[in-house]
Amino acid sequence: MAIRSFLILFILFFFSSLNPILSLYEDQVGLVDWHQQYLGKVKQAVFHTHKTGRKRVVVSTEENVVALLDLRQGEIFWRHVLGSNDVIDGIDIALGKYVITLSSGGSILRAWNLPDGQMVWESSLRGPKHSKSLLLVPTNLKIEKDNIVIIFSNGRLNAVSCIDGEVLWEKDFEGESLEVQQVIQPPGSNLIYVVGFASSSLFEMYQINALNGELLKHESAAFSGGFLGEVSPVFSETVVALDSTGLILLTVSFQNGMISFQQTPISNLVKDSFGPAKIIPSSVTGIFAIKMNAVTIVIRVTDENKLEVVEKTNHETSISDALPVSEGQQAFALVQRAGPEIHLRVKLAHNWDDNLLKESVKMDQHRGLVHKIYINNYIRTDKSYGFRALIVMEDHSLLLLQQGEIVWSREDGLASIIDVTTSELPVERDGVSVAKVEHNLFEWLKGHMLKLKGTLMLASPQDIAAIQSMRLKNSEKSKMTRDHNGFRKLLIVLTRAGKLFALHTGDGHIVWSYLLQSLQKSKVCQHPIGLNLYKWQVPHHHAMDENPSVLVIGKCGPSSDAPGALSFVDTYTGKELSSLSLVHSVAQVIPLPYTDSTEQRLHLLIDADKHAHLYPKTPEAISIFERELSNIYWYSVEDDNGIIKGHALRGKCTGEVADEVCFDTRELWSIVFPSESEKIIATVTRKLNEVVHTQAKVIADQEVMYKYISRNLLFVATVALKGSGEIGSVTPEESWLVAYLIDTVTGRILHRVTHHGSQGPVHAVFSENWVVYHYFNLKAHRYEMSVIEIYDQSRADNKDVWKLVLGKHNLTSPISLYSRPDVITKSQSYFFTHSVKTIAVTSTTKGITSKQLLIGTIGDQVLALDKRFLDPRRTVNPTQAEKEEGIIPLTDSLPIIPQSYVTHALRVEGLRGIITVPAKLESTTLVFAHGVDLFFTQLAPSRTYDSLTDDFNYALLLITIVALVAAISLTWTLSERKELQENWR
Amino acid sequence: MAAVTPLLLLLLLSSAPSFSSESRNAYNINGRVKIPQGLGLGTKGYALPGRMSNVKVLLNGGQNITFLRPDGYFSFHNIPAGTHLIEVSAIGYFFSPVRVDVSARNPGKVQAALTENRKGLSELVLEPLREEQYYEIREPFSIMSLLKSPMGLMVGFMLAVAFLMPKLVENMDPEEMRRAQEEMRSQGVPSLSSLLPGGAMN
Repeated sequence: MAIRSFLILFILFFFSSLNPILSLYEDQVGLVDWHQQYLGKVKQAVFHTHKTGRKRVVVSTEENVVALLDLRQGEIFWRHVLGSNDVIDGIDIALGKYVITLSSGGSILRAWNLPDGQMVWESSLRGPKHSKSLLLVPTNLKIEKDNIVIIFSNGRLNAVSCIDGEVLWEKDFEGESLEVQQVIQPPGSNLIYVVGFASSSLFEMYQINALNGELLKHESAAFSGGFLGEVSPVFSETVVALDSTGLILLTVSFQNGMISFQQTPISNLVKDSFGPAKIIPSSVTGIFAIKMNAVTIVIRVTDENKLEVVEKTNHETSISDALPVSEGQQAFALVQRAGPEIHLRVKLAHNWDDNLLKESVKMDQHRGLVHKIYINNYIRTDKSYGFRALIVMEDHSLLLLQQGEIVWSREDGLASIIDVTTSELPVERDGVSVAKVEHNLFEWLKGHMLKLKGTLMLASPQDIAAIQSMRLKNSEKSKMTRDHNGFRKLLIVLTRAGKLFALHTGDGHIVWSYLLQSLQKSKVCQHPIGLNLYKWQVPHHHAMDENPSVLVIGKCGPSSDAPGALSFVDTYTGKELSSLSLVHSVAQVIPLPYTDSTEQRLHLLIDADKHAHLYPKTPEAISIFERELSNIYWYSVEDDNGIIKGHALRGKCTGEVADEVCFDTRELWSIVFPSESEKIIATVTRKLNEVVHTQAKVIADQEVMYKYISRNLLFVATVALKGSGEIGSVTPEESWLVAYLIDTVTGRILHRVTHHGSQGPVHAVFSENWVVYHYFNLKAHRYEMSVIEIYDQSRADNKDVWKLVLGKHNLTSPISLYSRPDVITKSQSYFFTHSVKTIAVTSTTKGITSKQLLIGTIGDQVLALDKRFLDPRRTVNPTQAEKEEGIIPLTDSLPIIPQSYVTHALRVEGLRGIITVPAKLESTTLVFAHGVDLFFTQLAPSRTYDSLTDDFNYALLLITIVALVAAISLTWTLSERKELQENWR
Repeated sequence: MAAVTPLLLLLLLSSAPSFSSESRNAYNINGRVKIPQGLGLGTKGYALPGRMSNVKVLLNGGQNITFLRPDGYFSFHNIPAGTHLIEVSAIGYFFSPVRVDVSARNPGKVQAALTENRKGLSELVLEPLREEQYYEIREPFSIMSLLKSPMGLMVGFMLAVAFLMPKLVENMDPEEMRRAQEEMRSQGVPSLSSLLPGGAMN
């Protein structure tokens, strides 16, 4: 009895000794997680290289990032991610200490302190009408000792003080059809020229006094041919434009207020014409370029406004902005791609024939063409000029070239991830290279002794540093083979540039990258868009020797009937296996739960005409598919019309397309939401690969509830038409939100609930038998989260044992979605503090581990929230039995525990998506969050109950065992001696 | 209390209206974020990245995002009349979202309230409700923690069995002891064969 109570005490102690919180200690940062910072495709770059001090470059990107980079290594000094609708129009450096950004269509002007990125001032600019936004920072134009910034935006010219952002003067250009093209400030003068077109055939020129905004001159001249596109300034009082046919170049000079046109047909310049041209504006004096189809022509303007072709090339050419070098001279760079190399030339503006610099740099084929180039100069030790060039490639990467070499490169394409999937690594075999793990036993013991010292707080600071570096450098985690726990995987990501990357989950390094040709701009496809990634082949069992591969789906252009493109990529080697340009469009992709003999998954592509196309196009796949033809259902959502439709297959295609893999479809049902009162804003289903461990839920007092688990449930949220706008645009009385649970096979609405006085945006996640959604409650003016759990009532009476014994249960009766399901739902709502960007749920291999919601908050952090907090059975005063079951007393808002932020003190800037992947170890799930930044970590929602943590101290275990053995032998001898004495007595 | 006094001063000083109307339908919201030094527990060893340059102010769930000036002031431009929500995102601090009413009828009227605790604000000065500690703090080493670890418990249990059990046996009634011993003897020493399922047949 005594021993038993001891045992109980022991067990109690054992469990109480475990730390009940899942969070991280500060020294554990970086052990299993990694964080990478990116910028996005660079739109504009401005160098800041004074003779003394650090060499830096300011960049603005298509992800609305403004950042200061170190020119030596490409590291980020500081970075700000502006709002998604705060698109940056222009950046520049003023006074040598402020970074000026113009954004939001030219309506917000901000100045940032260059060294530390602190915002110094912000001004709001408004104007009469929408227009082009132009930012100009004249170097030596001062109004009362105040440097100014010239901004043209929204039809208004503003001069803003550099010091405090105050508007010094403004001038409206309200001409009805005036389209301002350029604002020119001739250096050294106090004049500003504003040039533009009016009513498509009138050239307008305004001369303005830069000191007070006074209009000095206004001239206009008609040109009967009209104008097309942009203008390029060639001299301070001359611009080049194209006529409306795109065949004649116009040199417009407005010297002394006199506008004169000079026409030069392009056919006079080049023999063979290639169709209409486009001007590529450049800021280089006397030089501009035009593009006709794939041909780029660089043209020089002589002093008498004569045009002469200096270069004609078939290669894609990028021209840098002008860089002032000594004595009023300008240098500029041209860069072209030719095979495996890129050719960089730097020339002086007035001297085309000589090159200041000519270099060829070897460039990875998978970076594609050069899209942009920015140059900067430095003075070499021999007093000559050296040039460094910052180039932006087709895959959105940013590279610095200097002296014919790549100094550094940044994979900024990873800032715009479209889709993510995972792939296993190869199995560890003989011959597969494996990193050295532990050198010998002594090293191993030494490491653990250090760790022990750490836990006993005996370690010196050097020891602590040694422990930390030992833990971070663990070579195990970045090995290129599969591990027993399934922590090491490849994350396959598709970026907006059409490039595939494979990232290692251990430390986030890029294993391979591949620029997909099918997603590159070509003659047949001008605007390719990457859509999705699917696991095409996941070999196991009988196809072990095959490499896994992924399917990349893209389409040509944004329209719904644009033809699709498929590509198949091997995930071990990173090579494209094959690619297909489709004749049909891709509206929907359905990965089917069937695989062929080589473990290729069958995919059904639905096109815009509602035909279904099966891939792979093999006879085997067709035969598998035809067997299951009657079991395939899907739905489509037309949010514009407010219709949800259910579809099934009818049979082989009839009509003109006689294709073996084409199938006709039929519409089964449709739900039409009243367009005047409801608008679909969110639809969510369960993840296809989700595993549910148990169907029944044992609740307190031994009752059983059966979860209604169906893969065909769809959650739909609609809002009142008025409430579909922004928060604050609607009153609580005129807005409501309706949540539906719809069966997608029959179209039956299983549940419908209305939240009065609520509005979107709705973010939802569906898992097992529950859905959690986040919306805005206008009455309380707070965000709310609701949970709906759905239970199967038809099986509820099976809990009677006698029925089971006598065989009267209905467990064996077939479950069909056509029989009316007898379901009950339970729901509850809670307040939630933050706005939410995305919600995900953890997923584990077998679905035993309890779930956590991963909430991407507006602050770009990821919060893990136990599902137990969103349990509709929570009450204010739970009974004893319910407490034992783990029901938390009801509170009106969900708790935000800072320690449960999985991103800890980091931000995943521009957060867009959270992906969870089960590890092989049941307790652990892998979490990948992406936005402008990438973040990866491992989570154990119910702690790691099935493995020893990384921190497990083997040395302490050894010492304990030694101590136990010593104690046993000691007590043994003691008892022997005692026995001997007893016997002698 | 020390943190409150400068705040009160600030309320008196900033008499300029928080809302200024510029055109017919668009208003500006001006406010200030104030992070007092040494709020809550003065935690050592935890470097707070409390730099003002990393603080973002968000309107209506990210519709507009703005940043703080060096003195903590921020403003949103061109905001239509209505009820809006302002959130502050600052690593290391927990801010309550603020409900702000921009009234078209009497511009310049201040109406703001924290949504977490429904506290009204007379001036749009946002202060963190609390600091956020993202990491667990390592407990300093103590004998108890070592004893409470599974290893410590094992040792403790063994010691208890080794030294307390004989004591328990000693305290037993000698009569009872003898009886128990006899009982054990009569049953014989349990052999391995008798424990096996097939052993009973022999």
